[in-house]
This record gives sequence, C-alpha cells and structure tokens, in this order.
Amino acid sequence: MIEKILVLEVVLPLLAAPVCVLVRHPRFCRLFSLGVVAACFAIAVALLVEVRGGGVISYQLGGWPPPLGIEYRVSTINAYLLALVTAMALVVFSFDSRGGPPRVPEQRRHLYYAVFLLCISGLLGIAITGDAFNIFVFLEISSLSSYILVSLGGHRRAVMSAFYYLVMGTIGGVFFMLGVGLLYQATGTLNLRDIAARLEPSLDDRGTVLALALLVVGISIKLAVFPLHHWLPNAYSFAPPKVSAFLAATATKVSFYLLAMVLFTIFGAPFVFEELRLQAVLLPLSILAMFLASGAAIFQTDLRRLLAYSSVAQIGYMTLGLSTANATGLAGGLVHLFNHAVMKGGLFLVVACLLYRVGSVHIDALAGIGRRMPLTSAALVIGGLSLIGVPGTVGFVSKWYLVSGVLERGWTAAAVLILLSSLLALVYVGKVVEVVYFRKPAETQPIDHVREAPLGMLAPAWVLAAAAVFFGLTTDWTYGVAREAAELLLAGGI
Amino acid sequence: MKPPSRVRQMPILRVIARALVPVILLFGLYVQFHGDFGPGGGFQAGVIFAAGLIIFALTFGAETLRQVVPVVLTERLMAAGVLLYGAVGVVAMFLGGEFLNYSALDPLTTGHYGQHLGIIVIELGVGIAVAATIMRVYYAFVGRRTDEDRTGADPALDAGAGGEAS
Repeated sequence: MIEKILVLEVVLPLLAAPVCVLVRHPRFCRLFSLGVVAACFAIAVALLVEVRGGGVISYQLGGWPPPLGIEYRVSTINAYLLALVTAMALVVFSFDSRGGPPRVPEQRRHLYYAVFLLCISGLLGIAITGDAFNIFVFLEISSLSSYILVSLGGHRRAVMSAFYYLVMGTIGGVFFMLGVGLLYQATGTLNLRDIAARLEPSLDDRGTVLALALLVVGISIKLAVFPLHHWLPNAYSFAPPKVSAFLAATATKVSFYLLAMVLFTIFGAPFVFEELRLQAVLLPLSILAMFLASGAAIFQTDLRRLLAYSSVAQIGYMTLGLSTANATGLAGGLVHLFNHAVMKGGLFLVVACLLYRVGSVHIDALAGIGRRMPLTSAALVIGGLSLIGVPGTVGFVSKWYLVSGVLERGWTAAAVLILLSSLLALVYVGKVVEVVYFRKPAETQPIDHVREAPLGMLAPAWVLAAAAVFFGLTTDWTYGVAREAAELLLAGGI
Repeated sequence: MKPPSRVRQMPILRVIARALVPVILLFGLYVQFHGDFGPGGGFQAGVIFAAGLIIFALTFGAETLRQVVPVVLTERLMAAGVLLYGAVGVVAMFLGGEFLNYSALDPLTTGHYGQHLGIIVIELGVGIAVAATIMRVYYAFVGRRTDEDRTGADPALDAGAGGEAS
C-alpha cells in the first residue's frame, strides 16, 4: 500500500499550495495546510517503519522505468529525512502565531501558506528523489519559496537579508547545476544510482574532479558551511520567527543529506576520502565553524542572531561527522541533524513566544523574564542545555557519537576541540540564562504586563523541548536509524 | 499609474494592434492545441497568448486590460493551471497507474489514447499557468508605485486586492 502512495509525500503539499491560492480564506488555509502536513508526516513515518532494516521502495513516476524516467527511491536515510522534515513542519504549523507574519495583510495570508507548503514540498522532493536533475528542480522550489518566507519578517532589513540569501542561494544552485551537468557529460545519465554505477572517478579525470568541486561548493553554500555561511545569520534573525524555526530545523538538514549523498553515494568514500582527501579541507573548516561561530554567538545581543550563529557552529559538528567517514562519526553527524532540528526548532519557537509577549528578543529586554514567563523560559533552558550537550539531552547523544567517531579515526586533537567548543556554547547559553533568570529588569523597560505565552504557542515549543529530553534518553529511533543510514551511505547505497 | 497617453494618440499603432491582437491570440491557441502534432506546447502557447494581451494593454492602457482580465483572475488561473496538471497525475493514480502515468487514463485500449489525452490536458494546464503568470508579472510591473504616485492612491490595484507589496 505505502509504495503506491509514496509520491503523495511530495504531491500533497505541492498541490495544496494552489488550492490555498484558489480558496483565499486565511483560516481555511491554516487548517488545510496543517492537515496536509499531518498527512505527509503519517506517510513519512509509515515509510520509515517500512524500510527500516534495509528495505528499499522504488517508485517510477509516470510509469517510466529508471534510468530514463524519474525514480523516487526511499531507503532508511531518505525516510529518516522525510520524517524529520514533516515532523518539524507539523510542529511549526501547529504553532499558533496569532496572525502570521507581521507584514502580511489578512487578504494575502493565503499566499503565505501556499509558499510555506511549496517550501515543504521542495525539501521533501530533494529527500525523496533519485534523479539528479529532479533534485535541482526541488532545490529551486524550496530555495525560492524560502527567500519569500524570509522576506516576510516585519523588519525592513528582512527584505535585504532575503535578497542576500537569494544571491548566495542562486550561486549555490548554479554551482550544483554545473556539477550535475558535468556528471551528465561524464556518464550520460541523471539517475543517481546509474551515475554512481557508471562513474569511475579518478584524480586524472579533471572533469569529474571539477564536478565534485562544484557540487560540494554549491551545496556548502546552501548548507552554510563555515566560510560560506554569511547569509544565514541575517536570514534567520529577520525572518518571521515561525519561518526561522522551520528553516533552521529543516533546510540546512536537507542540504547536509545532499552533501552526504554526493560524497558517499555518487563519488564514493574511497575516492573522496582516500584519493582526494577531502577531509583535509572539511575537518579544519568544521572546527573553525565550531569555534568562530560559537565565539561570534557569545557577542550577539539579539537572541535570534545568537541562535543563528550557534546554528553555523552546529553545522560544523555535522560536517565534522561527515569528514570522519566512518560509521560512528557519520551516524553522529546524521543523528545531529535530528537532534539539532529538535533543539534549534524548539528554541526558535521559544523566541517566537518571547517576541509575542515581550516584543523584542534583545538580551537586555529579556531581563527577569524568567519570573514572568516561567514555562517559556524553562523550554529555553532545556534547549540551551541541549546545545551545550548536557547528558540527558539530545545534544549529548550527538556529541558522544561524534567524539567516538573522531577517536575511532585517531584524531585525538579534534576530540579535545569538540569538548572545548562545548565550553563556548556554555558561555553563550549561560549568558542568556543569566539575563533571563537573574538580572533585574531595567527601570526603563518594565515587564509587569508580560504574561505567559498562550497555550497554542507554548505547546509546540514544549513538544520540541520534551523531545529534546526524550530522545536524549532513548536513542533507538534516532541513533539507531542514523547508524543504519550511515552504514548504507558508506556502502555506497541510497 | 499613468495611461500611456502618447501611444494612445498614434492611430497607426492602434489600428495595427487591433488587427493583430486577435491573430496573436488565435496563434497562441494554435500552438497550444497543435503541440502534440508539431512544434509547440503549453509553455510557448501561454507566452504567446499573454504577449498578445500585453500588446493590447500597451496600446489601449493596462486599465482596459484589467477590465477584461482582473488581477485576481490571473492569480486564480496561475493556481488553477498547476492544479489541472497535478489533477491529471492524481486521476492517473486513482485509475491504478503511477502518478502522471497517462496510459492509466484510458484503461481499455493499450496506451496511446491515454497518453494523448494526458499530454493535452497537462499542456493545457501549463498554458493557463504560464499565460496567467506572465500577465501577473506584467501587472506587477505596471502597478508598481513610484514615489510621485505614492501620494495619489492607486485605486485599481488596491481594489484588486492582489497588488504587489511595495
């Protein structure tokens, strides 16, 4: 049954978007898109259950068999990602933002939902498809819609940062496209498995190496790998808070999957990590990201910018896991996708609660908020502890496996650096907690009127905070699946 | 937005546009529905069709065109075209095939008629969506308020409830 309706995972949100545009009723659009996202989540979970343990489901679009036709191919890693994206979409959509983004008037609210659905559809499409050009199409769908979503933030600079994001994202997209073109030239096919089977990468073949370089740089821009991360802090801090939560939890994760797939499935670990030695670049950049971005986060005065810089640092952990190229480290990177999505999504939803009640998330404005909004602040603390990697939270699980993977590889210094970088996280999280709980509110900014956030906002934020603890204690469905996916990737399969 | 007054006073342009626009629209439809036998298809047809209407707007004023094709209508048609495309795929699924497997549209004969039907309906969806999108882009450009316009309101666009955020 599930293999018959697999395509609905992408088609449902894709077609729900024009339905929203046609109906134009904001309340209908809100509930309808929530329903669609819930259905997608159900399909994704069913898929994950189905393929767990090494199963593969293949779907031929239009009845054209691969490699000529487009193939949707779901194995553990795809299903893991689909479940992650749809789960986050479900939580974010159930977050009641009381009127949507500030700059979108009532009569155009339906377009906001339509664009959001398109973004989800694009991300799911990237995760599910087994066709290189199809990936590019979905990459553009998700990118274009996320530029629009970012530009909807109330601040004037939101438009500017969306434009900057657009320029960077388009450059990334073009690089990816050129890489796919070169692969097509080398192999004569666009089906990912077919490319992998026909491609014989070698250092003498400049075309193939160039293709790899273009693909890696293009995806790294979308993923915001350290020196290419510049679009991210502005985009996340000026976007509407709900959008920040969704993008932080999903967009970079899908790019990470794409990078892993290019490196392991298409080019293969032996070529990338033994002949080409990509880790010589990836490892230092990851460590720089961990330290410089965390260091930058310490000096931020706006909670959203702080979280955005912390995201760049967390991406460093993921790429660090990638560069170990062993099962433990890669699984650590993959499990960090989910774990970081849970904690950063939760934290951005907390930011949305704070923005709604306090009106600002400048550090000084949050002084003493812990007394006025105890539940929101508690969720903030849980998310923060998870960012540091305190045992009992998801952050610890990721770091544990990352450090194990790095040690397995014999990189003792890198392991020490991971632990040291956690101290930086301790500083920036500690700074926020100190202000929220222990500092007296400024005389000029009385907070007596501030009340606890409404339930419709608090509940989704707490779902993620609870998940951060729950999956910090049971790791079967996170690390278990990630491990399976990592082994699959290392074996060169998808 | 100002009416293109100088253009309006050029009789040659007006006469030729009046003669050409119907032909262009007809040619658009020809490209649309002949796409399965010769060069053509929804995308090209949509562009040609929209170009015909835009020439009309350039000579007789965007205001006049807006009375024929309101801004809201272009938005609806954009969505409707995409839905039409997707609906073919979903219908094919309900008839037992894969998504967009046109052969499933006609379960009785062995394939070709279903393929034919599927591609025509899909290209129609493409044509509608492309024509509507291009016109919407045109409306967005002509409806863009300049600083001097900002003082005087733009009632046509505001009434259309679909103006671009400026």
